[in-house]
Amino acid sequence: MSVAKRPTPVKRKSLNVSELSPTSKFFVYGILVLIALFWTVPTLGLLITSIRIPDDASNSGWWTVFTGNAHLTLQNYVDVLGTGGGEASNTAATINLNQAIVNTIIMAVPSTVIPIFLAAIAAYAFAWMVFPGRKILFMILVALLVVPLQMSLIPILRDYRVLGLNGTFLGVWLANTGFGLPLATYLLYNYIVTLPREVFESAVIDGASHPVMFTKLVVPLSVPAFASFAIFQFLWVWNGVLIPLVFLGDKQNVTVLPQRILQMIGTYGANWTILTAGAFVSMAIPLAIFIGFQRYFVRGMLAGSVKG
Amino acid sequence: MVQPSSSQPRQSTSNPTTLAGLIAALVVTLFVYFQVFLFLREGTANPWIIFIVSLLWGIGGIWLLFTLVTSIVDLLPSKYRQGIMPWVFAAPAILLVFYYLLIPTFRTFWLSLLDAKSDKFVGLDNYIFAFTSPAMLESFKNNLIWIIFGGGLSVALGLLIAALSDRTRPSFEVSVKTLVFLPMAISMVGAAVIWKLVYQYSPAGASQIGLLNSIGTTLGASPIPFMITRSINTYLLVIILIWMQTGFALVVFAAAIKGLPSELLEAARIDGATELQSFFKITIPYIQVTIISVSTTIVISTLKVFDIVFGMTGGNYGTQVIANEQYTQMFRSFDYGRGAAVAMVLLIAVLPVVYFNVRDFGKEAKGF
Repeated sequence: MSVAKRPTPVKRKSLNVSELSPTSKFFVYGILVLIALFWTVPTLGLLITSIRIPDDASNSGWWTVFTGNAHLTLQNYVDVLGTGGGEASNTAATINLNQAIVNTIIMAVPSTVIPIFLAAIAAYAFAWMVFPGRKILFMILVALLVVPLQMSLIPILRDYRVLGLNGTFLGVWLANTGFGLPLATYLLYNYIVTLPREVFESAVIDGASHPVMFTKLVVPLSVPAFASFAIFQFLWVWNGVLIPLVFLGDKQNVTVLPQRILQMIGTYGANWTILTAGAFVSMAIPLAIFIGFQRYFVRGMLAGSVKG
Repeated sequence: MVQPSSSQPRQSTSNPTTLAGLIAALVVTLFVYFQVFLFLREGTANPWIIFIVSLLWGIGGIWLLFTLVTSIVDLLPSKYRQGIMPWVFAAPAILLVFYYLLIPTFRTFWLSLLDAKSDKFVGLDNYIFAFTSPAMLESFKNNLIWIIFGGGLSVALGLLIAALSDRTRPSFEVSVKTLVFLPMAISMVGAAVIWKLVYQYSPAGASQIGLLNSIGTTLGASPIPFMITRSINTYLLVIILIWMQTGFALVVFAAAIKGLPSELLEAARIDGATELQSFFKITIPYIQVTIISVSTTIVISTLKVFDIVFGMTGGNYGTQVIANEQYTQMFRSFDYGRGAAVAMVLLIAVLPVVYFNVRDFGKEAKGF
């Protein structure tokens, strides 16, 4: 997608605040504080509800913890995470998201790493190699950036049923790879094509072949671009509902976190403490990764796009 | 474009034993690769074993295949090497993208002309459904609300916050941006749980644990069952999307506004322009391209919105959208013909964007 003509990072100092009159300053800060509240209060509600005792949570609003109704507990997280390993517990009160966490990691990591490698070699080919149909193939790739993946669900699902890939992690990795590749190739191409030509030319003079230049030059130089895409893809895969819903199904041994939360909305809809604790568990890893690697995420966003 | 082979001082007389060895290694690798494929497809082993095998297979395996194939091609005479090597690099991605995205587009089109079980040709019947059935008409109306209200407000709010926070202390600016940006990391399902707590309804007289109804009843209004109130529920779902997407618009706009030359703004100020005037006459035209591309991205995601509706109302109470209707046709009614036709509607809706992207790309890519 053609987001932003690579915004030029011209260092301009923010306009001095003192230029604003006291009244406008008051309004600017006032509006922004209101906006910040709108963006934090709902999440705060989730966090607080997840550490209340069930009786409190179903009988009073979460904000009453600030007015003396503060019986807080971590028991909800113990309930949600269970105590044992992978096996689902029989007690209805124990939700055991452990298996779902494991499943989500199993689904998300290969779905992130495999497309990076395939996209990197393809991006290198599109940027620095000569072959017939290069331009038209790349245009097809760009066109496919915005094609809704709904287009693929029915045909691929039918193939998967024939191939026995339905309900397997393998099927989901391959699907996430296929759906992620246009964006991956596009982002990495944009990066790899800007690597200085001289680097390649001197390598050629030294007798380096394409595979050598790729592994020795392009890969080390492209780590930031890999990181950008990796975060995009990881968040997209981790948070997505549609693909696991269609290709994994709802067998306990393969269910991933967002799907479990969806099921909990259905079955524990009134059990607020369990539902909110579970929801927070499902958000913890992507939030941590997002906060830790925000820089790369923003860079990727400015350089390329967002897919769907 | 770099042409290593032309100037390369390497032996063109490749060693036949090396070549044979490499090909043997490739055959063995392919065999192992296929066995691992069958093992993973079985999927019955301990999940962590599957995980580790998958990483070795997916990363190590692909790397090994790539290395072997490139080594073999490297040993070929120059004229073959030059022709084959680019395909070793580009073909895996191209084949996967063709299989998962390009070819399914045509297959879905074909399926949309067949009946529910894909046995009989039914012509345009499924399209008549896709454009006239009550569920789809409701979806069109709702998707329009998602696009105009959701897309419009995400872009407008992103622009407003970017412009305002640009005028505040850096530490304050960063805090506001981070808070607005953070929902981008969470799943729409997670967001649905968060907002359920805001929209929760209890009957009048009971204690309201939903934030919005609590505020309402405190102010003397009677509680409203928001999610089943047809006139407003779609708008309330759209607010969740705005809450999640504004951060994207904000960060891109903030970067664009930082790129605005300060001389322009100073000149305007000297000429006596007010803040609002310089915002609308200078800032907005300057970042116009960015605004258009951000809007496009957001419009596409609102068009395909699925998770929020699926998680909050399941498309009931008048909140149906196209993507959820497609899922319903596919997995509740098992009507592949209608499901495919509804998917085609989504494709038709994004076609203009496809066209503009490709056209822009053709313009940009001078060095290509």
